Amino acid sequence: MSGPSNYQPKSAFGKWMHERLPIMEMVQGSLLDFPTPKNLNYWWTFGGILAVMLVAQLITGIILAMHYTPHVSMAFDSVEHIMRDVNSGWLLRYLHANGASMFFMAVYIHIFRGMYYGSYKAPREVLWMIGVLIYLVMMATAFMGYVLPWGQMSFWGAKVITNLFSAIPFVGESVTTWLWGGYSVDNPTLNRFFSLHYLLPFVLAGLVGLHIWALHVPGNGNPTGVNVKGSQDTVPFHPYYTMKDGFAIVVFMILFSAFTFFAPNYLGHAINYLPADPLVTPAHIVPEWYYLPFYAILRAIPDKLGGVVAMFGSILILFFLPWLDTSRVRSGTYRPIFKQFFWVFAIVCVALGYLGSKPAEGAYVFWSRILTAYYFIHFIVILPLLGLLESPKPLPPSISDSVLAKKKPLAPAE
Amino acid sequence: MKKMLKTLAIATAGLLVLAGVASATEGQKDAKAISYSFEGPFGTFDKGQLQRGYKVYKEVCASCHSMRLVSFRNLSEHGGPGFSVEQVKALAATFTVNDGPGNDGEMFDRPGLPSDRFPSPFANGQAAAAANGGAVPPDLSLITKFRPGWYGTFNQLLNGIGGPQYVYSVLTGYEEPTAEIKAEMPEGKHYNPYFANGHFISMAPPLVDGQVTFDDGAPNTVDAMARDVSAFLAWTAEPKMEERKSLGFMVLIYLAVLALLLYFVKKKIWADQH
Repeated sequence: MSGPSNYQPKSAFGKWMHERLPIMEMVQGSLLDFPTPKNLNYWWTFGGILAVMLVAQLITGIILAMHYTPHVSMAFDSVEHIMRDVNSGWLLRYLHANGASMFFMAVYIHIFRGMYYGSYKAPREVLWMIGVLIYLVMMATAFMGYVLPWGQMSFWGAKVITNLFSAIPFVGESVTTWLWGGYSVDNPTLNRFFSLHYLLPFVLAGLVGLHIWALHVPGNGNPTGVNVKGSQDTVPFHPYYTMKDGFAIVVFMILFSAFTFFAPNYLGHAINYLPADPLVTPAHIVPEWYYLPFYAILRAIPDKLGGVVAMFGSILILFFLPWLDTSRVRSGTYRPIFKQFFWVFAIVCVALGYLGSKPAEGAYVFWSRILTAYYFIHFIVILPLLGLLESPKPLPPSISDSVLAKKKPLAPAE
Repeated sequence: MKKMLKTLAIATAGLLVLAGVASATEGQKDAKAISYSFEGPFGTFDKGQLQRGYKVYKEVCASCHSMRLVSFRNLSEHGGPGFSVEQVKALAATFTVNDGPGNDGEMFDRPGLPSDRFPSPFANGQAAAAANGGAVPPDLSLITKFRPGWYGTFNQLLNGIGGPQYVYSVLTGYEEPTAEIKAEMPEGKHYNPYFANGHFISMAPPLVDGQVTFDDGAPNTVDAMARDVSAFLAWTAEPKMEERKSLGFMVLIYLAVLALLLYFVKKKIWADQH
């Protein structure tokens, strides 16, 4: 995990420790001296932002779990107990709920950054695939977390999502019953969701460790996509990127705080403040905003099993992205046509999200189908063909050349 | 960085379209957009209004609606109606609470204590339904948070969900139905275009002018009482609102200063690289 390090223990204790557990060498190699391309822009700060968000979710979540009761007749009231009676409980809960949204916002930017700059290409395929795995675990964790307050949308969301598994041929019904721990979404379901919601973030933390490990083997990519050629292309991670990331993290915290303190329920559903009632179905069952594109894909396919396959397929296809993109040029900056398709794809994803928020009827279904088809065409047709047909712009000879070239226009013309 | 900010702004606009997606039940009329003292980032509750609202709740709403998440002690807590501890003690004692079992194994009645929750008018949902023609009067603790008065992604971001306005509009929004509407109106229901679940509401118009007499001599028209009680219900749903906003300001100012400092530190550190 460590880069080149010339760590020399200074104190007697440092020497003693170094011979037994060279942890300080690792810290210095991977966190302080780690050579990082000097041309990373602010899109690269979201990795650090995500690490901070994971820790924030863990801390607030662990404290919330001290006051929460996972029982169908007490869960809703225990959340209100946190909001009303626990010291700063309202703050912890609003931080945790809005933190989930912020976490997804940051992860989407992180993923799209990777797509634009070709971060998934050799030698970073495994790094990318671990990332997709992280995203999947995040989705499962957030879904189960949303069920815990046991409001109307918690209950009905859980019902809709778990029911998806009943589409599996032959064993679907049994699988669903097994997931529920009974014949409907009930107390056993809530209990196991709580247990897993507590467990999965630690799985996430482990995967993030692997993600960072896999990052530190080839090192960071960079906006030019050109490999690091020597020490003139890099700067040590500290203080250059600790400070740049630190600044970005604080700016992100401002957005996070703006939601938490001044619009804490905006990103949630009002109806989740109504206790779960298995006998009253809400008029519109809608998932949280970060699942909406997938919800649109699910409902676009007229067949239940087909919809489930398409929905999971839309995420699983990301695992194959490193091989679907055939271009030898890494960064989208030097791929004029790819760049346009990238933005079309980004807009399609947002549009699918919008459609996911609408009832499944009329024009909404029609457009969901068109855009779902496009989503898959982007990966299966456009990306493989583009790599073969497109003629990329000339790449800069090195990172430092590109940095210098960028600097030139700023210099006085004379 | 400018380009990035532009991209981020566009992306944020896109994401906002995704959020706040709930849509109205067919035909629900948008709530009347009255304003309250507690709106906006600087808004605080008007203590006098909350005290009057409590009186309306206690004398009118509480005969059918429960308020099971609120305790008497909350009435004297910071950021609320601002009753004194003595007032709350006296107020709680006017209620009778069934407690126990005592040492003899029997349940017993005792005067209410500040630590008691507001007593519910009915023992359970079935009793409430039986007494109200089959419709259970909803618990009011969180009504301003679960019943939006209006919809729309940007509208809700700028103006909130309009929960208090929803309560106000329902209380003041009873209308004489047209002959056409009257024909489809079920027996024992009332016409109210602001009501969330269709136009027909089981609750009869609960307020009449002059019904509650306020100690501070404030006006007690239906309109004034509806404003007061809806403000009170905004507080019961979000009792820590004032604490939240004031802490939020300190946090934002702290983060803004920290961001500024970090920006200059970052700039200085990178000076030799660019």
